[in-house]
Amino acid sequence: MFVLGAGGHGFNGGDIAFQLVMFLLLMFLLRKYAFGPLMGVMKQREEHIANEIEQAEKHHQEAKKLAEEQRELMKKSRQEAQALIEEARKLGEEQKEQIIQAARQEAERLKEAAKKEIAQEKEQAMAALRQQVASLSVLIASKVIEKELSEQDQAKLISEYIQEVGESR
Amino acid sequence: MHHEAPLYTLFGLTFNLANVLMITVTSVIVFVIAVLATRNLAMKPTGMQNFLEWVMDFVKGIIKSNMDWKTGGRFHMLGMTLIMYIFVANMLGLPFSVVIDNKLWWKSPTADPVVTLTLATMVVALSHYYGIKLNGFKEYAKGFVSPMPILFPLKIIEEFANTLTLGLRLYGNIFAGEILLALLAGSLATGVGGTIAAIIPTIAWQGFSIFVGAIQAFIFTMLTMVYMAHKVSHDH
Repeated sequence: MFVLGAGGHGFNGGDIAFQLVMFLLLMFLLRKYAFGPLMGVMKQREEHIANEIEQAEKHHQEAKKLAEEQRELMKKSRQEAQALIEEARKLGEEQKEQIIQAARQEAERLKEAAKKEIAQEKEQAMAALRQQVASLSVLIASKVIEKELSEQDQAKLISEYIQEVGESR
Repeated sequence: MHHEAPLYTLFGLTFNLANVLMITVTSVIVFVIAVLATRNLAMKPTGMQNFLEWVMDFVKGIIKSNMDWKTGGRFHMLGMTLIMYIFVANMLGLPFSVVIDNKLWWKSPTADPVVTLTLATMVVALSHYYGIKLNGFKEYAKGFVSPMPILFPLKIIEEFANTLTLGLRLYGNIFAGEILLALLAGSLATGVGGTIAAIIPTIAWQGFSIFVGAIQAFIFTMLTMVYMAHKVSHDH
């Protein structure tokens, strides 16, 4: 060992002791004033990052859940709207049917009434006409024949004629 | 070329004052760098803090490649101090050396085998200490006779060989670098022509020495952790 030394002269026990003490002292001081705090900060940062990551994951999860909920709601509301529209359409269809039905009935009724009225009117006209014709014929016949027939016979005769006229018509 | 060492004897112990000076300078520089870098600690690191955190992670990587972090975490400070101390120590002898009265004062402290072997012995002793502390004496003793009892003498030799190679590898690399630098600067650079001729190889060798110094600091830390893992891990 001493041959190797740059200036080895005897046993440098002092150097050994000094080196050892200095190294251990340096290690102690470094731990206390430099690396200890540094390690603390590094650990703190590690925890901080881990925390942040965890938080981010949680937020992500939450956002995912919210989006899912939103989608579900959207789907539900869309379905509801669809159902509402469907119902409204059905209702409208029904109403339309009803209205048409009512209108048709009304028309039918009006037509029927009109027809009845026409028939009645016709009947009245017919009766009036018949009477008029009868009296006219009696007047004419009495003027033409003059007393050859009794009034009763004449009326009978005329009504026969008119009957014939009505049938041949 | 051959310089004297400024020796001083106190309480029966011989001190090489150059070593004492350089060890102190190295320790102070390491401490100042570390403290300056960690003066304004922030969650969002900047500048020097980034650098020191990189060193932390680097040493962490070295430890993790040898053992699991649960056992290895306690060696983090040791590894950090080792790698920074040795790197700074290796760099100190590069720019210049100071010789006063033919006594070498300024040099790399790691260019002295006493210093490097002290570090190596400390590391190996620590590995034995932690081997016993973490695995118990029985498990620790079993390590010397496994896988076969006949390997016991080799295991004993291995411990000493580990210590010697760990210390002398570092010493040899740094000392050789300084010798060559001293040769280039002192012996070749005499006169104008010699100086001009010495510029290029000096610069090249200084660059290479920086590389070697960094590599040696890494290797020393790496081997420290290898020896630690060898003693500490359970599956040996």
